[in-house]
Amino acid sequence: MSYIVIKEAGCKGCSYCVLACPRKLIGIDQSRINNLGYNPAVFTNNDAAPCTGCALCAEICPEVLIEVYRKRKKAGGRK
Amino acid sequence: MQKVFARPATLRETGFHFCPGCHHGIAHRLLCETLDHFDLQEKAIGVPGVGCGVFLYDYVAIDTCEAPHGRATAVATGIKRVLPEHFVFTYQGDGDLAAIGIAEVIHTANRGENVTVLFINNSVYGMTGGQMAPTTLLGQRTTTSPSGRDHHNDGYPLRMTEMLAPLEGVAFAARVCLHTPAHVKKARRALQRAFEAQLDKRGFSFVEFLSACPTNWGLAPQQCIKHIDEKVLPAFPPGIYKDTGAGAGQDTGTEGE
Repeated sequence: MSYIVIKEAGCKGCSYCVLACPRKLIGIDQSRINNLGYNPAVFTNNDAAPCTGCALCAEICPEVLIEVYRKRKKAGGRK
Repeated sequence: MQKVFARPATLRETGFHFCPGCHHGIAHRLLCETLDHFDLQEKAIGVPGVGCGVFLYDYVAIDTCEAPHGRATAVATGIKRVLPEHFVFTYQGDGDLAAIGIAEVIHTANRGENVTVLFINNSVYGMTGGQMAPTTLLGQRTTTSPSGRDHHNDGYPLRMTEMLAPLEGVAFAARVCLHTPAHVKKARRALQRAFEAQLDKRGFSFVEFLSACPTNWGLAPQQCIKHIDEKVLPAFPPGIYKDTGAGAGQDTGTEGE
């Protein structure tokens, strides 16, 4: 399953990634704050509609905090 | 598992000083990605103007030279003429480029200096506290136009890309925006075309980035995206306004949106 890693320490909670994710896998955690004083964005993968590694969230993150790991496609599988 | 997206090598690990939702961070990243794409880290010289983008040297691991307010294109001209084999670009905001530095940028473009200009247009003076800029939209409230910009008193928003594109010395002029992932991808391509113009020694290249300033617009970052779609894009239509390179207009057009 593809996934992303958000470096929460630098997150400023702008929520651009929340708006960008087509599968709504990213949310703002209102229950805690990071060292900068913002509610950070958190990623929760969903087995039913998992992350596809499309990297739209990383493309829009103004702080460049998101790394995207995409599952390699099986040989002969759908491109 | 394949890592498909990470920080570009030229972008230092330092966190940005920008406000939440500011698009300067995306512009910095695209700049670094493009420098890496053309393998220019060793021979690029950046000239940041005065404004929120002034700390470029803290974030981008290349040589930079700070310019007096508005004079970045003049400084870049000098650097490029002395070191013609280096890649020289400026990174300026709308207060720096469109107000105090407008004479410098027009003459640099008209002389066809072989430099690249990255112009961040957030339609307000960001760093100095949200004053009205030449690019401020009609009706937009700023600290110096508290009842909204009125053209009887303050004139109209200045469209730099349209103004520079007809000049003969300009090889590439485009306006792009950064508020959705699709637009960011188009912005990356436009920036690459601008870099190619300088690398091919075709002349002056100019990319205007429409950017959000949530702090001085008085909007939450999510509202800024709506504001750009509804108010900024009609006033500043994105697109490639001039491209003298081979294959121009094939995969770069952002018209018709």
